[in-house]
Amino acid sequence: MSRRPHHREWVLGGLVLSLMLLIGVRAPVFLSWESLDALLTDVSILTMMALAQMLVILTRGIDLSVASNLALSGMVVALLGKAAPDLPLLVLIALAVLNGAVLGIVNGGLIAGLGIPPIVVTLGTLSMFRGLIFVISGGEWISSHEMPAAFLDFPRERLLGLTHLAWLALLMLVLVHFLLKHSRIGRELYALGGNPKAAVYVGIPIARRQLFVYTFTGAVSGLCGYLWVARYAIAYTEIASGFELQVIAACVIGGVSIAGGIGSVAGCVLGALFLGVINNALPVINVSPFWQMAISGAVILAAVVVNSREEKQQGKRILPVSEAPHG
Amino acid sequence: MFISHVASVTAPLLELSGISKRFPGVRALHQAAFQLHPGEVLALIGENGAGKSTLVKILTGLYTPDDGTLHLNGTPTRLSSARDAWTAGITAIHQETVMFQELSVAENIFIGHLPQKGVRVDWAEMKRRAQELLDQLEVDLHPDERLKNLSIAQRHIVEIARALSHDAQIVIMDEPTAALSQREVEDLYRIVRSLREQGKGILFISHKFEEVFELADRYVVLRDGEVVGTGAMEAVTQEDLVRMMVGRPVDQVFPKVTVEPGPVLLEVENLRHPTEFADISFSLRSGEILGFYGLVGAGRTEVMQALFGLTRPSGGTIRLEGQPVALARPADAIQAGIVYVPEDRQGSGAILPLSIRDNITLPLLREVVGGWKLNTERELQRSREYGTRLDLRASNWGQHVEELSGGNQQKVVIAKWLATQPKVIILDEPTKGIDVGSKSAVHAFMGELVQQGLAVILVSSELPEVLGMADRIAVMRSGRIHQVFSREEASAEKIVAVALDTPLPEVA
Amino acid sequence: MDKSVRPQDSARVIPDRLPLGLKEALLRWEVLLVVLLALVIAVNSSLSPYFLDLYNLADSTVNFSEKALIVLSMTLVILCRDIDLSVASIIALASVGVGLAHQAGVPGEVLPLVGIAIGLLAGALNGWIVTRFAVPSIVVTIGTMSLYRGIAYVVLGDEAFTRYPAEFLFWGQHYAFGLIPLEFLIFLGFALVFGLVLHGTVLGRHLYAIGNNPVAARFTGLPVDRYRLGLFMVSGFMSGIAAVLLTGRIGSTRPNIAMAWELEVVTVVVLGGVSIMGGSGTIPGVVLAVFLMGMVTFGLGLMNVPGIVMTIFIGGLLITSIALPLVVRRLTRS
Repeated sequence: MSRRPHHREWVLGGLVLSLMLLIGVRAPVFLSWESLDALLTDVSILTMMALAQMLVILTRGIDLSVASNLALSGMVVALLGKAAPDLPLLVLIALAVLNGAVLGIVNGGLIAGLGIPPIVVTLGTLSMFRGLIFVISGGEWISSHEMPAAFLDFPRERLLGLTHLAWLALLMLVLVHFLLKHSRIGRELYALGGNPKAAVYVGIPIARRQLFVYTFTGAVSGLCGYLWVARYAIAYTEIASGFELQVIAACVIGGVSIAGGIGSVAGCVLGALFLGVINNALPVINVSPFWQMAISGAVILAAVVVNSREEKQQGKRILPVSEAPHG
Repeated sequence: MFISHVASVTAPLLELSGISKRFPGVRALHQAAFQLHPGEVLALIGENGAGKSTLVKILTGLYTPDDGTLHLNGTPTRLSSARDAWTAGITAIHQETVMFQELSVAENIFIGHLPQKGVRVDWAEMKRRAQELLDQLEVDLHPDERLKNLSIAQRHIVEIARALSHDAQIVIMDEPTAALSQREVEDLYRIVRSLREQGKGILFISHKFEEVFELADRYVVLRDGEVVGTGAMEAVTQEDLVRMMVGRPVDQVFPKVTVEPGPVLLEVENLRHPTEFADISFSLRSGEILGFYGLVGAGRTEVMQALFGLTRPSGGTIRLEGQPVALARPADAIQAGIVYVPEDRQGSGAILPLSIRDNITLPLLREVVGGWKLNTERELQRSREYGTRLDLRASNWGQHVEELSGGNQQKVVIAKWLATQPKVIILDEPTKGIDVGSKSAVHAFMGELVQQGLAVILVSSELPEVLGMADRIAVMRSGRIHQVFSREEASAEKIVAVALDTPLPEVA
Repeated sequence: MDKSVRPQDSARVIPDRLPLGLKEALLRWEVLLVVLLALVIAVNSSLSPYFLDLYNLADSTVNFSEKALIVLSMTLVILCRDIDLSVASIIALASVGVGLAHQAGVPGEVLPLVGIAIGLLAGALNGWIVTRFAVPSIVVTIGTMSLYRGIAYVVLGDEAFTRYPAEFLFWGQHYAFGLIPLEFLIFLGFALVFGLVLHGTVLGRHLYAIGNNPVAARFTGLPVDRYRLGLFMVSGFMSGIAAVLLTGRIGSTRPNIAMAWELEVVTVVVLGGVSIMGGSGTIPGVVLAVFLMGMVTFGLGLMNVPGIVMTIFIGGLLITSIALPLVVRRLTRS
């Protein structure tokens, strides 16, 4: 009985795998090392963002501002890289993370401190962060030749055969896994999302936990902002616009409940992988990439419907399971 | 008794003085004061709505009092969060289950203060200590089991284990036996006594007098938010306590009106549900009050919700005035003349942010206003008519229901249904948590209803209420009706014996 | 209320209502919006001589009329604790449908009906999934948002539908009396209907009941899920109308039409005083918010502030309008 929660991840994993095999049958090149390597690199940012978003959703929140945060942080480091090419890369990356974290604190402060619904706050900051990109860049594009080479190369450089991007995603996976499974904070996130009222009774500091999750998504968005700008070698106002929906979609497909309290690292990663496979496979099997959006929409709906059956309230189960003879 | 004697000379563990707390429209606590000594069990007694829960919430840091001081071991203390409370040495078993479905038993026990090794949760230590606590409680539960797979009674044990997991000096038990079986109750008694021997102070809240007399050394009685009596248990009788609780002689509490029952109105035959109840059969005559008694979670509410079309039973027939009725949704039930006053008055009874007028006219708004266009004058007319009949107290008809006291909120819910002119009215814990005055208004009103030929189903966990008001009493346990008593043959002992599945105590 | 039992006084009369205090009347959200609106108009007219020009003002309404139509339906949806993020995608879907119908030879007079019907169907699908599977509307409409616009992309790719007949363009381009855009009049008409329905009918009262406590509403016999389904259909219907007007106004359909409008629409609704938690809000409030946003955008436009910068202002307005009352309450309490 207590094994049941993992059931969903196995199904989703099987689905992703059979989807990949199916595509591989039609276009064997899809299963080549190069193609899989590209897939891994491509889903890295989505995976990191989805893992962070999951923490927010676990607490019954939502962060719609992540893509704007990513773009703003990306622009900030791109401008810094352009203005001060000699700045060590590590400092730039740290600044991107810091920048994202500060934006996250703005969200978290308004949500945890004032009790404004997360959807309202992040809807507002979604617009504000995006507008700020235009203000700081003056609407200009920062293109590859304006950024330092080390800055651009880092995400694609390899360590033991994998790109830094993929390593970072794996690192994030381990970090979030540790956080959720083995840290007090993580366990409390499940508790407070599952039953916020009871969380007060047992003394979980709800506001501090909320501030933490929004700061964390902010920091991850900041990091991904740098990675995005470096990987695509361009920064402008509209980058990654609408990406927040893909991030949330990855969570939903991965079985993270928007009602809070339910979600796993494995599910979340598989959700991101699922979207990544679809995105990367379409050109390989000669389907117009314009199908991508409609397919992810249909997949989200399917996931929502499937998960709704598992989450359905089952009543109190008052009747004894085996009808006892006495009585 | 030796221990309690010692207790009275040592300094109190806990001393409250002048504690007051107000909510909009309600004076929950007024100048409450008492002491709790080490090594004693202090019974906190009072009716629902007397202020016990508010007091528990103040002592556990969930509410801060408007006024008054709280001394712990002689030092004035402020508790502004649950964490404050347990670091100060106060822990509680709450009345509402405070549980996390997705977490394991061990986590549910330690959540809020999970043992850590560095930054990691120390799972091994946590499981070890959880096992220890469960062993101490002598229950066969695995610390790794997910809470959602547990029965209600097992969950309650986990709550008790949680309270014990804080090595606290003061343990508050808010109706800890409400959902327990007899054997588990015995276990709990044993635990309470061992805590007392360890020199802890136990604040024990219960509605069951036999428990209070069995366990407690002293008592404090609350009525309408005030402490109206305190003293040693040996010096009082049950009658004394009841008198203090209600503030008047016991026999006047229930204004039972006996009406010659008319023809059978409602017949339920073998109503069943896959997981919640089975074999539900009973009949109800007009002019009759049928009581439904059982422990919390015995399935009473589930049956009532099926009768109101809120849940779909898997089989069985419901006949109203001889005609089978299909109740697929509440609108069908209302149409047929069955209405339901739910237990959770604030969550599912009244719409708190709307006005009294809006609430009363809501079920039949179109009929009230005679079309689709709102008509304030007609709505007011209807509200006045039914609100006045229930002796509603409010500043105006446009007042928001959330500003009313619990009792008046309940009157609004009942008025709403009376305005639909029902044949059968189901009252699910109608007087839970409302003040004494409103309580007797509701009881008196039930009498009026049956005099007018309505049939009433009274679901109640308060034995005196069921005994005092009902003509017949159906006792439920584990989703089934186990026995129906007539008013004459019913007694508290017999009913409890059926509800708890224990042999009848021998008459001394 | 004093809880002690009082002597019965049978002559106790409860007044129908209390006279509304001046302070409460002045502290209403709508009053605040009026003040803000006046302020914006004053600032705008002092900064730009072109602002108070009647033709300019009338013309500026086309920039918000289509969105404003969806604001009306979104108000009802949010009032009942749901949200519909797919509205802009429904516009794209409906607009594509109109384009396809036009290609298939459907006459210009009928094209609007095609757009509206598609909107209605798309809304019905949203509502059906939300109520049938009891899933949060935010997730469902994020899904259909992707699906509906995705279909528009599949159909159009990087092409566009153009050359719509004049009978169809009429709806988006006609000016009544040569001055007031037809679109604006349509909005005003709908605003009146929505206002009357929400504030003057049984239906409106039911919506407030559901929004304030859906459980209690169900326990009182209201068909809550049927109402919610209905509201998603209304939302689709209004999006369909907006699609017809917008397509008519710009004269073409591209798959990215009305991109990201859903966020602006939700912003205006919240700014209009509708609680995102459901249960409270008025049509006059959101109509005022529509005008406020329209005037701000128009004014900033006159001052050559780029659209993207306006979003900072809009986002900030959304947050401060919600945060300010909370901050004030917190300060006055301590």
